[in-house]
Amino acid sequence: MKPDNVRGKNLDKKGFEEATRVKYDLNAEYAYDMGYAVSRYLMGLKEGKIVGIKCHKCGRILVPPRAFCEQCYVPIDDFVELSARGRVNTFSISYVKWDASRIEKPEIPAVIELEGASPGVGILHVLGEVDPKDVHVGMEVEAVFKEEKDRKGEITDILYFRPVK
Amino acid sequence: MGLKLRRKVAVIGAGLTKFMRRALETGRELSFYAARQALDSAGLRFNDIESVVISTAPDAFDGVHMKTEWLADGCGSFHRPYLRGYVGGGSGVFALIQGWYMVASGMFDTCLVVAEEKMSSCQPHPQGAFNTIFDHTLERDLGVNLLWIFALEMNRYMQVHKLSLEEIALVSVKNKKNALDHPSAQIPKAVTVEEVLASEVMAWPVHRLMVSPTTDGAGAVVMASEDVARRVCEKPVWVEGVGWCLDSAFWTNRDLYYPDYVEKAAKMAYEMAGITDPRREIHIAEPYDPFAYKELHHLEGLGLADRGQAPKLLAKGFFDRDGDLPSCPSGGLLGVGNPIAAAGIMKCCELFWQLRGEAGKRQVSRPVKRGVAQAWGDLMQVGTVIVLGV
Repeated sequence: MKPDNVRGKNLDKKGFEEATRVKYDLNAEYAYDMGYAVSRYLMGLKEGKIVGIKCHKCGRILVPPRAFCEQCYVPIDDFVELSARGRVNTFSISYVKWDASRIEKPEIPAVIELEGASPGVGILHVLGEVDPKDVHVGMEVEAVFKEEKDRKGEITDILYFRPVK
Repeated sequence: MGLKLRRKVAVIGAGLTKFMRRALETGRELSFYAARQALDSAGLRFNDIESVVISTAPDAFDGVHMKTEWLADGCGSFHRPYLRGYVGGGSGVFALIQGWYMVASGMFDTCLVVAEEKMSSCQPHPQGAFNTIFDHTLERDLGVNLLWIFALEMNRYMQVHKLSLEEIALVSVKNKKNALDHPSAQIPKAVTVEEVLASEVMAWPVHRLMVSPTTDGAGAVVMASEDVARRVCEKPVWVEGVGWCLDSAFWTNRDLYYPDYVEKAAKMAYEMAGITDPRREIHIAEPYDPFAYKELHHLEGLGLADRGQAPKLLAKGFFDRDGDLPSCPSGGLLGVGNPIAAAGIMKCCELFWQLRGEAGKRQVSRPVKRGVAQAWGDLMQVGTVIVLGV
């Protein structure tokens, strides 16, 4: 039976703990420029608005905005204000963090299709003010913004989306 | 596109290490063992190798910049033209596609294709190395982790087709069982649907036993022109078609329930292979299964099941090793393990051994003349497909 003579020695926990560890304290700091389209999006968030962009060629209304339509491959600049409401396209109830540690109170990431954008066009955000077991696809939700004085032009200016009452 | 094969290319040897949670061996050593085994099984000498393709996923796993150059000595690329094949999780199959055009182009008669991954080095967990896949401005600050995108895609797939968790859990049951017969396997196990559903909910609807493990391991194949293959190899396995395709990185703007990019990659490969009815003309499949639902999702993208119908066929035993269209007879990533790039090449190795009738206890019961392997990766984005035949 192939493969034959497979090589490799699997270490047990103790063996692995004896591995030589090298730790880098990387000074990983990046000064990202936001570009034309995302700058406008972030300025909108600071004002408590969600801004999308329309492609004059295919007619799609897209969010997050971009400086060109990736399908038509033309420059676009027709910014449009979208509703801060939308519907849950899909969601998860996550008990795991990026380092594989576990959390008691789950996070609820979701793709939210915003009203005013083309069907199927959504953004990633998280849900709040909702019992995880009540979340469902198609649920109507609205953005909850930070108070105006606390908004900085960041995606976290939206605290979360909550069910529309 | 001129999808005619200009020059026939064969796979003539394959090698695989053990797949492990934490290997004593370094990445170079793992690469060497797999590549040396592939060379020996092809009956070639090291001097016969004219070109090398190396495939390995994020540099961040090892904390080494340009890690293929670092691995290269273990991959047999000393004083040879070399190329890195890298499309995230799709890399393992993509490596063979690159090996194919090294030879099909007429430039080289042989190519050693090696895929390696050592994920255990990255602390506290290699999942962290994936965080920078998300948009730095609009997504990362939300507290992202890699499981999210799989959970979001799986949920969408289940919602659109009204699928149950039980239907998806059957993939884990099948693959972990198939892996019991694989000498390299990391987590083979006889499990039941109930046990899968009783395992920890990591990011609903993803349960722990629906997720492939982190793995150290390597795999390799030797590819050769028709002249060389016919001279040195009794049973060459021919590359009949290749295809690959990338979707948009604006992943929240697409419907995740169906992988269009896999369909396009498969159509490209099928057209090259002259396949018009894949369900009849493909006899065995190794679709990418890092998560249980992914195998079903990919079987549909590969045109081997109607949309939403793969779970029904699975429940009927259609994809079992003794079924009509065996899928992941190796045991897949869910059973053999998931050393990212090496997992894709493991699937190609499985087709090689199955098509030559060398898979021993894993040998599928129906006669097989043609198989398809597929891998997937990046931000729900890339499909890589290869059709191999005898």
